[in-house]
Amino acid sequence: MTTHSISKALHVRIEQQRKGTSDFLLDVDLQIPNTGVTALFGPSGSGKTTLLRCIAGLEKKTKGLVRLNDDTWQNHQTFLAPHLRPIGYVFQDANLFPHLTAQENLQFSIKRADKHQSVISYADVIQLMGIESVLSQYPAQLSGGERQRVAIARALLIQPKLLLMDEPLSALDDALKQDILPYLEQLCHRANIPIIYVSHSLDEVIRLADYMIVLEKGNVIEEGEIQTLLGKLGTTFSKYQDASVVITGTVSQQEEKWGLSWLCFSDQTIAFKKGKEQLGSTLRLRIQSKDVSLSLSEHSDSSILNRLTVTIDDMISDPKDPSMIMVRLLAGSTPILARITTLSAHKLSLQKGQTVIAQIKSVAVLS
Amino acid sequence: MLFSPEDIGAIWLTLKLASLVTLLLILISTPIAWWLARTQSWLKGPINAIVAMPLVLPPTVLGFYLLLFLGPQGALGQFLNQLGFSPLPFSFAGLVVASMVYSLPFVVQPIQNAFSAIGEGPLEAAATLRASPWDRFIHVVIPLAKPGYISAAVLGFAHTVGEFGVVLMIGGNIPDETRVISVQIYDHVEALEYDQAHSLSLLMISFAFLVLAFLYSVQRRQKNSAMSGGLL
Repeated sequence: MTTHSISKALHVRIEQQRKGTSDFLLDVDLQIPNTGVTALFGPSGSGKTTLLRCIAGLEKKTKGLVRLNDDTWQNHQTFLAPHLRPIGYVFQDANLFPHLTAQENLQFSIKRADKHQSVISYADVIQLMGIESVLSQYPAQLSGGERQRVAIARALLIQPKLLLMDEPLSALDDALKQDILPYLEQLCHRANIPIIYVSHSLDEVIRLADYMIVLEKGNVIEEGEIQTLLGKLGTTFSKYQDASVVITGTVSQQEEKWGLSWLCFSDQTIAFKKGKEQLGSTLRLRIQSKDVSLSLSEHSDSSILNRLTVTIDDMISDPKDPSMIMVRLLAGSTPILARITTLSAHKLSLQKGQTVIAQIKSVAVLS
Repeated sequence: MLFSPEDIGAIWLTLKLASLVTLLLILISTPIAWWLARTQSWLKGPINAIVAMPLVLPPTVLGFYLLLFLGPQGALGQFLNQLGFSPLPFSFAGLVVASMVYSLPFVVQPIQNAFSAIGEGPLEAAATLRASPWDRFIHVVIPLAKPGYISAAVLGFAHTVGEFGVVLMIGGNIPDETRVISVQIYDHVEALEYDQAHSLSLLMISFAFLVLAFLYSVQRRQKNSAMSGGLL
């Protein structure tokens, strides 16, 4: 397991009851890392947005505790109003002030920003979000994606100690999402403050998050570093047909001639399409379980480039689709998931502890 | 001469009354409208009803009870008397108080609607941008409710200019003190001075037309600007 210790900084314990009943809308007790991106993941109605609003102080009728480092924002006797909490908040629907231009929206934030904290400068945020050309326009004149980028810039310019993002992409269509994701990725890597990112899209979470908390019906059902969590069998994600793992490693080799780069992780290497990455840099790759097939011996006559020697760690059949089985493999210490047919597993008589060859049809570069 | 000195006096008095009433109503309607727009309290219904009463009551009923309430024997009248104020009925001050009651719904309702239309979104956004409640009100609520304020001011002013029954009940007919245009027109008609009655009546008709034309064009521009994003 690749668990490096995470310093936990945001402590949230929240109970919120449905009006006039005894069932809980939200009942969580969490330690959230104070670096990187933490995803709050779950289906709609799981309480993830409510939890984010509790951290921001936007939900008034809650009991619990919210602490960032040594500052208590909420406990049994105090409740710090939202405007006194050092947060930035990005709303699902941008929520720009309609009577102000994009630039005036940013100015609203700059005027009220924390002067002692410096997260990002005006020039940097304009460039990072690519909003130079839309500054003079009113929110109603902007596209959904532009609005959301201005809203993110506005939230950053308040110079927060913690950035909260509530499904910033959910109001956008797929094409726009693909437009804005690179900006978000940039932001998540450049920001030196913790980010909490609410999403119901596994794809976004895998691209952006380092740490992940899974909510269902107001309770935390899984939590952990994203690589560890995704590689676990029996978690929420391995039930998905697009179950994936994320591999982090360093770029160890590049060949211009073939247009390929190689990533080195846990004593293994894997080839991927060469992009702008530099030799020696750290990179994340996503491998989808449906792109991994298994064989008992090395076929050097196969067109598949990535063949890793792995051991079978665990196997679990899909409760919804008995024809399929999910196999958890270990490449060194790194987990990889393979979704194969039950018939193949039977024919190859796969067993726990067995050494096999994993053939990986495709990998996607995340960042 | 189109208007007699008495007519000019009545016009001037009417403008003074309407301006003062509008200004005071904007000030007191803002907190009332804010409360009505935001509260979850069961009192919302009854308070809304009280504010709207002048819309449906005959002005004479309002005037009658205001006369009793403000008069020397009335609760407020006695209280003010003890504080050393002269009685309100048949004075300009009394007319201001009565007109404020009479025109209250015309000012509260547009502002209340404008406040409701803003919704929670911009306020929550402002709160997460370190704006205190007061800061949010001044820099977010007021600018966003500006069209509502314009409607409120125009309607409150115009409605005060047009009142008659309440004025007659509580103000009487004292030149330069309580004799407003509508009362002056009534006097002219009583005295069979139809020419003077015409002049003032036509003035009122043109005023009413201009006010309403302005109001509707503001509302239309607002709808357009909601799409293009500009303000007014």
